[in-house]
Amino acid sequence: MSAGEKVITNPVKANAGWKELPIGGIIPQGGTARGFFTGGWRSLTPVWDAEKCISCLQCWIFCPDMAIQVEGGKMVGIDLDYCKGCGICAAACPPRTAAIKMVNEGA
Amino acid sequence: MAVKQKTVAESHAITGNEAVAYAMRQINPDVVAAYPITPATEIVQIFSNYHADGLVDTEMVLVESEHSAMSATIGASAAGSRAMTATSSQGLLLMHEMLYVASGTRTPIVMPVVNRAVSAPLNIHCDHSDTMGSRDSGWIQLYGENAQEGYDNLIQSIRIAEHPDVMLPVMTMTDGFITSHGMENVFLLEDEEVQAFIGGFKAAYPLLDTDNPVTFGPVDFTDYYFEHRRQVFEAMVNAKQVILDVAKEYERLTGRSYGFFETYRLDDAEMAIVVLSSAAGTTRFVVDQLRKQGMKVGMLKLRVFRPFPATELVEALKHVGAIAIMDRADSLSGEGGPVGAELRAAFYNEEKRPKAVNYIYGLGGRDVTIHHIESVYKDLANILETGVVGPTVRHLGVRE
Repeated sequence: MSAGEKVITNPVKANAGWKELPIGGIIPQGGTARGFFTGGWRSLTPVWDAEKCISCLQCWIFCPDMAIQVEGGKMVGIDLDYCKGCGICAAACPPRTAAIKMVNEGA
Repeated sequence: MAVKQKTVAESHAITGNEAVAYAMRQINPDVVAAYPITPATEIVQIFSNYHADGLVDTEMVLVESEHSAMSATIGASAAGSRAMTATSSQGLLLMHEMLYVASGTRTPIVMPVVNRAVSAPLNIHCDHSDTMGSRDSGWIQLYGENAQEGYDNLIQSIRIAEHPDVMLPVMTMTDGFITSHGMENVFLLEDEEVQAFIGGFKAAYPLLDTDNPVTFGPVDFTDYYFEHRRQVFEAMVNAKQVILDVAKEYERLTGRSYGFFETYRLDDAEMAIVVLSSAAGTTRFVVDQLRKQGMKVGMLKLRVFRPFPATELVEALKHVGAIAIMDRADSLSGEGGPVGAELRAAFYNEEKRPKAVNYIYGLGGRDVTIHHIESVYKDLANILETGVVGPTVRHLGVRE
């Protein structure tokens, strides 16, 4: 995803008062997670080995955010802006493939 | 409640639960998700018969708990449907977490609740501890004296909840067993009249409208949460006018008038009882008896507890010398019940205010008899005569 696609036009004005905000916390727009980068929470980073990867896309299915990048049905990389380092992708990767390893960023 | 249009011959002898279920059939909600609990079980049981007989278009969701019942109802409402459920006591308590989600997400759910005591000890009979425990959850609360009011309140609630100035969930109460299982004459509207009165529901942001995707239930931290809660405050204030407007329109349809409360022989009263729900019937009878003996007694029966009509209550009661505020629930603050606390607080800045005592009564379905109510008026007479209030919290009908 290009940097431009990550900028969303928020229908809710920044610092809007209670009279201006849509009620109930509703955001009258879909796909707003594109503009919310959970990568800042990360302490473990997934390292992907393209050579080992069989593009089974288990990681894409299980990723709770949108970090797994897929093009033409193939895994092409990990967008760390959306990776909070939970490690589900590494756990979901078939053991005999083991294309994703979690690495401690602090190490 | 003045009945002008229909005669007794046109009424139907049904129980409170039957009246509420009948209203639900006439409302014909899109979704009902429910789990059974005494004494509210019959409402959905009877409704499910209507469903099985093809008399409603409702999608029934039979869930595994009340937490799920409320969750599914919230989801259905957010999806853009008119969604209902029903419960009582422990069921309402199990919903507690989701009650706040319903009001905070502004889903206009309508839920009949049959008032019942809460455990422990285990008790299935009437008191108001269940719904009084939900009083801060952002739900509008309407208390009904009898089956007729349970029926009328439920139909009006649809309009109140879905009004654009409100968009809050509403719970309508009847007293467990006393009203829910007691048979009375009830005036029922025609199905077409109910449908014309409630109209259709069109959600502003239906979650299932995939052409216009929306986000429900996002995280809302220090930057926006307070503003969203401020909106709920405003909606609750707005609900006051909407409740009155809807009642006026309902009166034009039925001849039965409703407001925040009903007053009975209160205008010239020196002593008054403030009471909710079925005990008002007993109180009204005692007022008539004591009036015959020359005692200037009256009653105020509170219908709307959320929003709390503080200004109007003060206006209605400020001329009275002494009032007894009846609570069928104990806040366990050591200072009485919720109605007692809030009504006395309403008078705080008033120069002229009645002396007030708070009675906890009828817990766990303990009978409240005419003798109990008479004793309360006699206590008030004694307060007026001596000028001494004495204990401000008293327990009526408990063995020493």
